[in-house]
Amino acid sequence: MSERVWACVDGNEAAARVAHRLSDVCAIYPITPASNMGELADAYSAAGRTNLWGVVPAVVEFQSEAGAAGALHGAVTTGALGTTFTASQGLLLMLPVMYKIAGELTPAVIHVAARALATHALSIFGDHSDVMSARGTGWVMLSAASVQEAHDFALISHAATLRSRVPVMHFFDGFRTSHEVDKISLLDDDDLRALIRESDIAAHRARRLSPEHPQIRGTAQNPDVFFQGREAANTYYDEVGGIVARLFADLGERTGRNYGLVDYYGDPEAERVIVLMGSGTGAAREAVEVLRATGERVGVAVVRLYRPFPSAALAAALPATVKRIAVLDRCKEPGAPADPLHLDVLKALSDHCAEVPVIVGGRYGLGSKEFTPAMVAAVFTELQADKPRRHFTIGIVDDVTGHSLTVDQEFAVPTNAVQALFYGLGSDGTVGANKTTIKLIGEHTDLWAQGYFVYDSRKSGAVTVSHLRFGPDPIDSTYLITQADFVACHQFGLLERLPVLESARPGATLLLNSPYGADEVWEQLPANVQAQIVAKGVSVWVIDANRVAKEVGLGSRINTVMQPCFFALSGVLPVAEAIDLIKESVTATYAKRGASIVSRNHAAIDLALAAMSQVVVPEMAPQVPVSVEALPAHAPAFVRDVVVPLLREAGDLLPVSAMPVDGSFPSGTAQYEKRAIATEIPVWDPDLCIDCGKCVLACPHSAIRMKVFGPEQLAGAPEGFLSKPYASRDLPAGTLLSVQVAPDDCTGCGICVDVCPARSKEQVRHKSLDLAPAIGVRPAERPRYDFFLAIPEVDRLAVRHDTVKGSQLLQPLFEFSGACSGCGETPYLSLLTRLFGDRMLVANATGCSSIYGANLPTTPWSKNAAGRGPAWSNSLFEDNAEFGLGMRLAVEHRWTVAQQRLATLASTLDPELVAVLSAEPATDEADVARRRVAVESLKMALAGRDDPISTSLIADSDDLTPPSVWIVGGDGWAYDIGFGGLDHVLASGRNVNVLVLDTEVYSNTGGQASKATPRGAAAKFATSGKGTAKKDLGLLAQAYGDVYVAQIAIGANEMQTVRALQEAAAWPGPSLVIAYSTCIAHGIEMSTSMSHQRSAVASGYWPLYRVHPSPEPGTHPVSLDSKAPSIPVREFMAAETRFSMLAASDPERAEHLGQLAQADVNERWHYLTQLAGVERSMAVDPETSEALTTPEAAS
Amino acid sequence: MTQLTTHYLGLELKSPIVASPSPLTSELSTLLRLVEAGVGAVVLPSLFEEDVESESWSLHDRLEAGTGLTPEASNFLPDLDYGHLLADRHLRLVERASQRLGVPVIASLNGNSAGGWVHYAQQLVAAGADAIELNMYDVAIDPKQTAAEVEGGYLALVREVRAAVDVPVALKVGPHFTSFANFALELVAAGADGLVLFNRFYQPDLDIETRDVTPRLTLSTSVDLRLPLRWIALLHPLLPKTSLALTSGVHSGADVVKALLAGADVVMTTSALLREGPEYVSALTESLIAYLTEHEYESVAQLRGSAAHDAATDPRAYERAQYIKVLSSWPGGHGPH
Repeated sequence: MSERVWACVDGNEAAARVAHRLSDVCAIYPITPASNMGELADAYSAAGRTNLWGVVPAVVEFQSEAGAAGALHGAVTTGALGTTFTASQGLLLMLPVMYKIAGELTPAVIHVAARALATHALSIFGDHSDVMSARGTGWVMLSAASVQEAHDFALISHAATLRSRVPVMHFFDGFRTSHEVDKISLLDDDDLRALIRESDIAAHRARRLSPEHPQIRGTAQNPDVFFQGREAANTYYDEVGGIVARLFADLGERTGRNYGLVDYYGDPEAERVIVLMGSGTGAAREAVEVLRATGERVGVAVVRLYRPFPSAALAAALPATVKRIAVLDRCKEPGAPADPLHLDVLKALSDHCAEVPVIVGGRYGLGSKEFTPAMVAAVFTELQADKPRRHFTIGIVDDVTGHSLTVDQEFAVPTNAVQALFYGLGSDGTVGANKTTIKLIGEHTDLWAQGYFVYDSRKSGAVTVSHLRFGPDPIDSTYLITQADFVACHQFGLLERLPVLESARPGATLLLNSPYGADEVWEQLPANVQAQIVAKGVSVWVIDANRVAKEVGLGSRINTVMQPCFFALSGVLPVAEAIDLIKESVTATYAKRGASIVSRNHAAIDLALAAMSQVVVPEMAPQVPVSVEALPAHAPAFVRDVVVPLLREAGDLLPVSAMPVDGSFPSGTAQYEKRAIATEIPVWDPDLCIDCGKCVLACPHSAIRMKVFGPEQLAGAPEGFLSKPYASRDLPAGTLLSVQVAPDDCTGCGICVDVCPARSKEQVRHKSLDLAPAIGVRPAERPRYDFFLAIPEVDRLAVRHDTVKGSQLLQPLFEFSGACSGCGETPYLSLLTRLFGDRMLVANATGCSSIYGANLPTTPWSKNAAGRGPAWSNSLFEDNAEFGLGMRLAVEHRWTVAQQRLATLASTLDPELVAVLSAEPATDEADVARRRVAVESLKMALAGRDDPISTSLIADSDDLTPPSVWIVGGDGWAYDIGFGGLDHVLASGRNVNVLVLDTEVYSNTGGQASKATPRGAAAKFATSGKGTAKKDLGLLAQAYGDVYVAQIAIGANEMQTVRALQEAAAWPGPSLVIAYSTCIAHGIEMSTSMSHQRSAVASGYWPLYRVHPSPEPGTHPVSLDSKAPSIPVREFMAAETRFSMLAASDPERAEHLGQLAQADVNERWHYLTQLAGVERSMAVDPETSEALTTPEAAS
Repeated sequence: MTQLTTHYLGLELKSPIVASPSPLTSELSTLLRLVEAGVGAVVLPSLFEEDVESESWSLHDRLEAGTGLTPEASNFLPDLDYGHLLADRHLRLVERASQRLGVPVIASLNGNSAGGWVHYAQQLVAAGADAIELNMYDVAIDPKQTAAEVEGGYLALVREVRAAVDVPVALKVGPHFTSFANFALELVAAGADGLVLFNRFYQPDLDIETRDVTPRLTLSTSVDLRLPLRWIALLHPLLPKTSLALTSGVHSGADVVKALLAGADVVMTTSALLREGPEYVSALTESLIAYLTEHEYESVAQLRGSAAHDAATDPRAYERAQYIKVLSSWPGGHGPH
């Protein structure tokens, strides 16, 4: 046996390292938390890494998981070794094909990072809802409980499917295992060869579909034989358990790691046993050890092979002494007599035990809810009760149905591992440095190492908490650290926001990145932090890492400054050795990006220790003031009771009764979260302002606003509240304008300053908006912003909506989202809600926009003073267009019903009122206002009537003002996974509006290529540069002839954007607006996110156009809104890293693709210019003289 | 056949006409055309350490921008192997030029750190450069820094690079030194094998519409020859063992002749070649030959320095800067009243 190689990897990498070597074809599609497996497989193949048979596997992205599964089916049917990687909704999309592959007894493997299914809410986190949905497919199900097992079981899966012919689904817990970094022993090629039998492969290939020995597979069978055929494969399933057991044995022989179909840990004479599978096993085993040490006879049985369920093996694994069993399920099957594993165990033991123990079931860990040894202990306590509950939950407080067990929070597991917590920001490199630290320790010492990372759900100012453990023994602690020996706070400001020392053990060490020195920092610490330091006897060290990083030219990236300090204080490694290792790792990681990256980081490492000093902690802590959350008086109770605890990191403590039963949350709660994450915010100089509104339009977070008002509104204005005269023909003389920043909501992206065109005459550098250090101006801006908010919104009928500045006077109803600082998508949504927010229904595809749009803790879609605002929902990724059309159908139906009722009552109502309400609705402001007034009159007219028609019409009077339906999503949805549905919806002729926020990659999952990705761009899944051209969605849509289509870029042509959205809304048929959306995945300077779009348009890369169908004879529907390309497309491409990185990597390919990209531009422009001259009129029904498919042409 | 051979930085050049850094010397194809047209040597475009760093940091910053940001994405761009960053591309050019051209290849370098100058000078030599030209310039904007400190910085750098490489080192400097003759001698004492006079800088301009500062380099004209001509003539007798290159303002055969008369070992030209194309070297060479022939010079060596400060009919003409003489030298001109 060769010497074992150890590596620190996460579960996804552990699985992918094996899967890639054992596959000919990997069909991939991104989905959290499995995306990394596909990314790694793609990267391995791009780097020329071969499989076990010396061939580079084909790693091919598909348009959806359904597509990937179909391709997997085709590949394995034709004799290839095939695999795919997925999770959650992706697995659901594979289900139909999974039945087929299993029914045809064809070897295949799916590696699953098990994740919750979207139900009352989406959750990207881990549980077994997805894999349990596949348990009827006929696939073998193998459950890995740790990173090492994800590596080992990947091999077992590939070997078992080839030997048994039954396809295998290998799963491990999303995040807890897929993203936990552990030290594991790597399987080498010989290990793989030892378990993969060439004869099995030969047999698989021999069964392949080939015209040389043709077969017909996939027949349709009649009632006479279908049943028998279904039973024909039974013997193969009977063999699976034995095959897996033998493979486990073979693996154990080679590696010393022994697994059974079911493994038992604990007292050999245990009376109480927990049965579970997955990562919770680690916590359970730890709890069992602690309880056994106190004399309790307990144990845990871990199910590894879940399908075919190893009933006999389970019975055999359990001690004969067992009297009570708790089966823990990490999923919920509403309405079932018990959750799946519970049912399986009941049946298995009733079949195999002479005397069946008491078997109860509990549910735990949904959506990555923590599962700790204390919870395990609580389950064992419950099993001791006279009558243990038959069904319970653990880990939450269920005060509605009372199913939850009480957990003794004092129950602790002793450990000899060093436990370290790191609080940082996503942007400061903390997570990356900690992953390196784990590798350094795990791969260069005999110590075991583990890392787990908890992220914020926002993409700007996101907080990360890293949980690291190092110790002499293997680490099974599959839960967060609550007794840290070492706590590092990489951002001083987090001390105010987060309970940084909550999880510090007594005598812990705190390392603080502080702008204040050791002798002055104490006074700057929040009082509760001071109190915890004193109470816990924490030793405190400070370093001004930002100063050191700045000195050596690292900007805000402080990771290599903080890292040596951790080693110096934690004593995990000798400091000198640690520093050498850190430097080596910096060199290994960054040398390819240039010597300067390495040298400056090395300089930072050299300076770090000398810059660190210890704080003398005073003996007495000052009085801790009671913390009062600064919520405005008008904050709703829901915000106080639910949202605020979420913001305080206390969401785990909320009971079931606090939660909406159907997942519906109030809109507009983002305004109550004052994150104050910007280091600089804009300051307005009214003397220079030209009232253009560009800053407001461009702001991704609706954090800079303008209002117009009469001078009387200035009464009571706080000091320094600024305004200027606003000239407009539409508003009274003397009207004032104020441009105001929301000082705690601005992310400091700088876009407003970049787009501001107004410069000082005296000092060119000074604009009407300049960035100023937030710390200096925020206190004064707060009362000004509050005052600004209290000024009444402008009369919507008094200002023009079809101009940039007019539209920006309207209230945004999308604000302060968690989108990236500088996001290129959100300005479109902000604009959309200004125009139509009070009458919008939004169907939002899963992706960035659904995450920044609705990921708790807060909701950015908001409402106006009248209580109206966008009503928003997310169904799925793949069905969004259909979801929106469904909304539209309901709107139309409700309209029809309301009209019928109105017609019935018409003779008793004012004819003018009836005329207004029965007229075909338009979407313009005046029509909506008129209709709403009429609805109020109608309600008054009907008040007091008690006939059923009148009462229903009053109740549903909103239906007389039909909302504007907007279908919103990214390019991954529109071009790929949802295209079939989108196409269908566009073909429907119905009045829906589709807004595609086109970032040209799957942004939310980390920048994987979509069919919107342009030629020549490097993206994940297209690491060598995408070789094919971007799909032209606009051209496809306009072929229908009755679809309004626009291609827009808000940063390049604001006016065209405003116009296109209004035309789309007004168009009575389907409309499609494709919006160029800059993204951090483009590799651009995000403060120029808007202005950069000008070169996208000037180069012809993103031509602007509108296609406005009309039945009028001689219509030219296509309007080209941008000029002929005036700069080469290379000039645009050179400014974006997604293109330029390819030139630095493979210049010949970059050059070739660059030429093709120019050819694409030339061809498209040539085509568009011809289209602009084409006459096309919608077909007209000769009988009615109306345009076919749409009721009427828009004005 | 008239002998055009000259020596520059200890290298024997078949012609004193050298192509100085420009887009023409940044591509192998145009370099070959220059050689074909008869250049004695080529100076490749400067490797700017600042550009190298800027490219690296831009790449690094953008690759790192989204790391650790969300649980769903470890980052937002793939990370590749970058074997073709600016420095790699430049070194590859040096390597290919030195292998293919058959004339000396002089690599030019502009560092922005002490370590960077040495590091990249060594790399350029390793790639095959026959000599190194240090493209030194500094806009001394720090009011606390004295002239002596500025000059001291230059000298230290020359010593460091000189000690680190085993090929000749030339210095391309600007004219803005208070006592240039003294400074030139000190540079040579510090180890410079040659001086290239003078560097022309990008000078800021203003766009009167946007009011933005727009750095701009304009091509030289023959008028720009005068300043280096003077200093070549003055330094020639002072630095008999040091190579002198005249650059700036060489546009015609006459300009070439003037530079050689003043004492230049080589004459560097960029703007004329950019305007006229690489083949213009042949025309310059023919003009030079014609002059030599017409004036019965046997060689460039014989011509070189024959009108330098110590050999000129009126040495004081190099020393004076008064405008009376200049103005009155205009045809029909008159001095001020």
